Order: sequence, then C-alpha cells, then structure tokens
Amino acid sequence: MSNNSKLNTKNSAIRTEEMVLNMGPQHPSTHGVLRLELVLEGEIVVKVIPHIGYLHRCFEKHCEAMTYPQIVPYTDRMDYLASMGNEFGYAIAMEKMLGIQVPERVEYIRVIMAELQRIASHLVALGTYGADIGAFTPFLFCFRDRETILHLFEITCGARLLYNYIWVGGLSHDIHPDFIRKTKDFIKEFRPNLKEVDNLLSHNRIFIDRTANVGILPIETAINYGVSGPNLRGSGFKWDIRKDDPYSVYHKFDYEIPVGKGTYGTVGDSWDRYYVRILEMEESLKIIEQAIDQIPEGDVTSAIPKRIKPNAGQVYARVENPRGELGYFIISDGSTSPYRVKVRAPSFVSMQVLNELCKGYMVADVVTILGSIDIVLGEIDR
Amino acid sequence: MMYDFLVDLTGSPILSGIVMSLLPLFTFILPFALFAVYLERKVSAHMQDRLGPMRTGWHGWKQTIADILKLIQKEDIVAKDNDKLLFNLAPIIVFAGSYAAFAAIPFASIFIGTEIDLGMFYIVAVTGLVVAGILMAGWASNNKYSLLGSMRSVAQIVSYEIPTMLVMLSVVMLSGTMSLHTLSEMQTGNILNWYILGGPGLSLSKFILIPFMFIGFLIIYISTLAEVNRTPFDIPEAESELVSGYHTEYSGMKFAMFFLSEYANMFAVSAIVVALFLGGYQSPIGYFGNLIGAEWLVPFEQFGWFTVKGVFFVFVQMWLRWTLPRLRVDQLMTVSWKYLIPIAFVNLLIIGLISIL
Amino acid sequence: MKEYLGNIYTALYTIFVGMKITFKHMFVPSVTIQYPEVKLQLPERERNRLYVNMDDCIGCDQCSRACPVSCIDIETTKSLPGEDLGKTSNGKKKALWVTNFTIDFAKCCYCQLCVFPCPTECIYMTDVFEFSEWERDRLVYDFATLTPEERQEKRDNLAKFNAEKEAEKLKAAAAPKPDVKKDEPEVK
Repeated sequence: MSNNSKLNTKNSAIRTEEMVLNMGPQHPSTHGVLRLELVLEGEIVVKVIPHIGYLHRCFEKHCEAMTYPQIVPYTDRMDYLASMGNEFGYAIAMEKMLGIQVPERVEYIRVIMAELQRIASHLVALGTYGADIGAFTPFLFCFRDRETILHLFEITCGARLLYNYIWVGGLSHDIHPDFIRKTKDFIKEFRPNLKEVDNLLSHNRIFIDRTANVGILPIETAINYGVSGPNLRGSGFKWDIRKDDPYSVYHKFDYEIPVGKGTYGTVGDSWDRYYVRILEMEESLKIIEQAIDQIPEGDVTSAIPKRIKPNAGQVYARVENPRGELGYFIISDGSTSPYRVKVRAPSFVSMQVLNELCKGYMVADVVTILGSIDIVLGEIDR
Repeated sequence: MMYDFLVDLTGSPILSGIVMSLLPLFTFILPFALFAVYLERKVSAHMQDRLGPMRTGWHGWKQTIADILKLIQKEDIVAKDNDKLLFNLAPIIVFAGSYAAFAAIPFASIFIGTEIDLGMFYIVAVTGLVVAGILMAGWASNNKYSLLGSMRSVAQIVSYEIPTMLVMLSVVMLSGTMSLHTLSEMQTGNILNWYILGGPGLSLSKFILIPFMFIGFLIIYISTLAEVNRTPFDIPEAESELVSGYHTEYSGMKFAMFFLSEYANMFAVSAIVVALFLGGYQSPIGYFGNLIGAEWLVPFEQFGWFTVKGVFFVFVQMWLRWTLPRLRVDQLMTVSWKYLIPIAFVNLLIIGLISIL
Repeated sequence: MKEYLGNIYTALYTIFVGMKITFKHMFVPSVTIQYPEVKLQLPERERNRLYVNMDDCIGCDQCSRACPVSCIDIETTKSLPGEDLGKTSNGKKKALWVTNFTIDFAKCCYCQLCVFPCPTECIYMTDVFEFSEWERDRLVYDFATLTPEERQEKRDNLAKFNAEKEAEKLKAAAAPKPDVKKDEPEVK
C-alpha cells in the first residue's frame, strides 16, 4: 500500500523536449528567402522566429547617392510584384514635396495602372496560396490571366515586371493607342475566369477545412501591430487608404471595400483573408471600367520638371499597395539627392504578426498562415 | 492455367515458375509505369491549359524513357550519417511490396500469376510491406522532415486499410470466395452481372443491393487513394511542405524505384477495385472472338478490357490529384476514422443482412 | 447527425464541381507557344538591349549621367579647330571625338532613363533579348567606331595641340615685351 502511494505521487509524464525545426531560406513555400525557426512540441508550434535579411540590397542607403529621377527604377525592385504601386507612392511623395499639380489624364492613367497591378499581384498571391495548400491547377489559371495584364503593361512602357513608368510629375509615355480596347477585352474575359477560380478553390470543402479557423487575427492585435491592407480587412475592420485618406482621383469612383465576415469559420481566419483578395479583384475591375470611360485628354509629360531640386524639408505620403499601406518618408537637404529615404513596407509589419497567429497550430498550418499573410521578401528586406 | 501450359511446354516447374513471375513485370508493369508517367504529365498539362512534354518524340512520348535513362546515370548519394543497410534496403522493399501484389491479380482468364485461394487477403498483407519500407526510408534518411513524412505516411496507410478491408469483406460475404480470379469468373456475361450492379443472377436482393454496392465502391476507391499516397492524401510527399517527405534524400536509381513503385501501386489498387466491382476482365458487351469463332482471341480481349478499365481508374486518380487541395494530417485521420469506417461498417452489416435473406 | 450528413454532401458536391471544371479545361486549347520555333511578336516600345547609333552621337555625356547604375562609360576628346566631324541627322554639328563608349550590359537594368535625355535620339532600346554569353567580359559592348589607332591618334593630336598652345603661351610670356611706345616720333 505504501508502495502504491509512492507510485501515485510521482508525476508519471514522459519526458518531452521541444524540437527546433528550420524552414530554411530555401523552401518551396516561404515566399522568398525567409528563414523560419519553428519551435515545436510534437506537431504543435510553440514559437515562430523569423530571420530576415537574405535579400537586403541597401535600398535606403543607396538612395542617398542618386538623384531623384534615378530612384524610380529602384523603388520598382522593392515589392517586385506590385511595382506600379511602389512608383505611385514615390511619385505622390515627391509631388507633395515639390508642390507639383499633375494633369488629370496622368492621375487617371496612374489609377488604372495601379488597379491593374493590384489584380496581378492578387493573382500571384492566390495562385501560390493554392499551390502551397496542394491545389496545383488554380496556380496556372491565375498565371494565365496575369499574362494578359503583363501584356497590357508591356505595350505601354515596354517592360513586364519592373516598369519605370510613373515618374515624378507625370508618366514616361502616354498610353498606347490599343491599350483601352485591350483592357476592355481583358475585363470581359477576366470576370468569368475569376468566377471559375472561385468555384474551383474557394468553396471547396477540403480548402475550407484547411483554411477556416486557422490563424485567426483579432482586430486589436492587428491594429496594435500596425497591420494594414487585406490582412486587416480580413479581420473585419474596414480601413482602406483609398477611401479613408484619398489620394489621386480615387474619390471620383464608386466601389466597395470588402471585409471578412467569417463565412466559414471565425472572422479573421485565413479563409477570410483569402476571400477578401478575391473580392478586391472584382472591385478593382469596377474601378478600371469607370476610369477608362472617364479619361480626359491631356499631355502626360508636361508637368515633369527638368531638374528636381526641392527645398529642404521632409514629407510622408502613403498609398494602398496590394499588400497594405506603403509609406515613403523623404528628407531633402536642398540638393539633387535626398538626404534620407525611409520606406514603410507593409509586408515587414505583417510578418511580425506571424508569431501571434501560429501559436497552437500544426506545422502544416504554418505554411497556410504564411501564405494567407502574403509577404514579399523584396519589400521586407529592401 | 498459364502455369500448367508452361509446365507442359518446358517440362520444368522451376523454369515455368520463373517465367510466370517475370511475365507480369515485363509485359505489364514496366510498360505501364512508363505510360502512366507520360499520361500523368499530359493529363495535368491539358487540365492546366498547357502542353506538357512535346519535344522528345512525337508529342513527347519518349519523355519517360529519357527520364529513366537520366536517373540511371545519376550519382548514388548516401549521406555520412545515414543508416546504410536500411537506406539501401528501403526502396527495394517498397518496390517488392507493390510488385508482389500483382501475383494475385487476374489479367485474363488464363493469365494470372498464381491460383491462390486467398487472393484478397494476400494482396492486403503484401501491400503492408510498403509501410515497413517507408518507415525505413524515413528513418534512415537522418532528416527531420523525412522522418515526419514517413511517420505520417505510416499512420495514413494503416488507418485506411481498415475501410478497404471492410468493403472487401462485404464483397466476400456476397460472393463466398476470396480469390479475385473466381470473383471475376462469377461476373461473366454482360454488364448487369457486375457487382456494382448487385452481382450475378437476377433477384430482388440484387436490386436492393445496388445503392449499398455503390457506396462500397466509393469507399474503397477513396481509401485506396489514401493507400497509395495520392492527393488529396499526399501529405507524406507534400512537395510544398516537407520538400518531398520520405524520398527527399534519394537520388538516381533508388528514387526511380520509389517513383515506379508508386505508379505500379496505383494500377494495383485500381485493378483491385475493378476486379471487385466492375467485373475484372469481363467485357460488358460480349466477346468479338466468340462472335467470329476464334476462341483463342478471347483472352487477349479480356486483357484489353482489363487494361482499359484499370487505366480509366488511374486516369480518375490523376484527375482528382490535379483538382483537389491536400488534407492536413488530422483531417485525414478524421475522414478515415469518423466517416469512412462507420459508413463501411454499417454498409457491411446491411449487405450481410441482405445476403442472408 | 444532420451536420454529419451535410458535411459528406458538401464535400462530394464541391469535389464534383471542381472535377467538372478541370475536365472542361482538358479540351480548351492550350496557351503555350513552342519557343524557339514560334516566337512572340514583341510590342514596339519593348525595352531590351540598347543600341547606339554613333553617327549621331555628339558625346554630350547626358546618358551616362542619367544612368542609375553607371553602366555607360564615355570618354571624349576635343577635336582640333580645323577638323570637320560632320553633322548629326538632325542638324547638330559634332565637335567631340568619342574615343570610348562602352555599355556594360551585365550592369544595365533596362530602365530606359538614358534614352530620354539624348538630344539626337541616338541611343535607344531594341527588342533583342537573346544575347547571353559565356563570359561576363563579353557583355561589355563597345560602340565607338574609331579604331584603337585612330583613338590614340586623336588623343595624341589633342595632347600635341594643347602642348603647342602651352608652348606658345609660354613663349609669349617669356619673350621680351614689345615697346609700348610704338609711335615714338622720329625726331632729331
């Protein structure tokens, strides 16, 4: 009896240890060179420690050695999947500093390009997300549609991915004569394709089982970390810089801001973030249709200054990139090169939430959550 | 029967035994594996609006041959800390497990590996060797990812054997035999005699059985999908999560063995489903050979029908792979234990009741 | 119980919807083109390899200054006063010998910033993109049309001319100063 009581008082748990698993810089599912150190207990994640810096190219320091027009190709290369958005932000910041008013035609074309770029970027995000989850076919359907958009960009400025198109004070070229007709064809063709990808993936039971109730981001956590863009809207909070702090001519269009509603699980899970992106593509199509009908005539290169030499001062401007709020903070000291350029990258902020989101889920879910946050390493590391 | 034919021809049972065991390998598995890899690439390409292999031969039909030649030439890498014996043994066991199942599969009425009475039991037992092989591969790779992959695979295969066997049991109850050859013989005549439509003969119980047979067919198809690690159950070899799971560390010919054994296994399980439910090698409309009086033509036709049905189900497996996303490990277990097994069990009980009546 | 059956139903239904879509896509013609037998027609504004038409280049160095990666390297030599280098196609008179005009295409980022400042539109982007090389040095393209001997000759000419001018200046400074009073009357 005394033996039995001795046995009973001992804690008979088996000794377990936490395992550290490295999802290294080279991995098919981390979107870019990102090293994730996962501290696991069995299959459950206890902590996620991201290590970045594998793609650091000294963008901000490099800007201090170049003149203002020369910085535009470099802003392309930060978030290489949404280059028009990056250039747009830079142009708006510089125009605010110099006090230039660009012609209306330039504004409309910039908005059309930015929205087309939003669709292209979301197509990549959704395609790769499906591929991570295991559905390989929507990946190719999304890329096939993206090819049409890249062709539209190619006939306008000559490049498919890194455009150098939106300059300070205007644009480098006027749109091609065929552009409007081809864009209208694209919109007509894209709407049913979007519906098809929706049918194939979004409401598929297996996809819902993988993504619903996984990686729930509550609104307070999101706002505390500073998350913006589709990640914040997926949690149910309606915040979009195009409506809440409008720039360019966005106030002239009629469109909705989709938010996550927790259709298949809780509000703020990965399915909501994914579905917000699909709805955003539809809204972008609406904006493009309205903008194409309303483009005024004008000269796109008339307001480009010959030499950019702003007065000493500083400016902060922000735009709604497909991944969130992209901000440029530029300090000038009166010469032709900036004194300091600081970029507030949305993916950098979104990635910090990863640790919060992954706690308590399994290793397979880390891939799901990372894909739903949609980061681009070029932006994080700059 | 072919065995007897060969014994009469050569007079030596050993020689005919060797020929009989090599025959399915060379006439069927190797050409089929080559064909299946090519089919998969073309089917996946056309489903995704692209072309697939086009350059090696007309529309790329020599692509698999080129791949095998390349794999043979590759360096055989064995890392320093790998357990050499297990590492080298694993692909052999996996291949042997999936290949040995072909001994009991009836390709035609005279062309069958062995006339074993316990056909189904033997097949299920031998495909269990694959589990041991996968565990060995994962452990000997000395790699956390591979170990994770192989353990998941073991859990998956073991849990999905149960619905398979339950459905097999229901067919055994109805027909009274475990030999696949006898099962296929019982389904002769025309399409109405196939088990999926209730079984041979014409009686009231046959018509009542049809929906339950159909459910049984679905259950066994899904569980055999899981047995061969195909999407949506391909967690063990999930490319985007575990970088190929248990066969990450293999290169060259050993990788080719894993690869080929997966396709051989795919056909083996399709063949089992076909033999159980869709009449094996029987044709739905009668034989051309019988029509024109050439009796010797009939086995070839049966072989052809069997291949066509098997390839059709392999095609459906590929179709599913390119449509569906992957299930997570715990969801995989849920599907098996909470959905498939209860339904298979209830199915078994009902079929048993009906067969007594 | 109802949820259980509902789950099974939605699972099977959505799987069949997906399968129908992929099956339909098997018969849609594919969008792949068989490069290199079939090549895409590139648009007219395509930005690939640069080309410099040296007949029009006046050596103003604007393109080199505009380049963000400093891949254009230009060295010019002033021409002697009597030499005539000809005119460019839009009428400008050339006054500089371009002795070195190299573009390093390994560095070029194809941004097109060099095309806009050129006053004679002699540098522009073509649609050539198949120019890969085995060695990196072979990607440094030399556009100047003078042979190496000619280049050295121009530089020597300029050096000689400058030396002569320097010598003249020195001689003029060292020579005795001419009488300031030139109009000294011839008296007595």
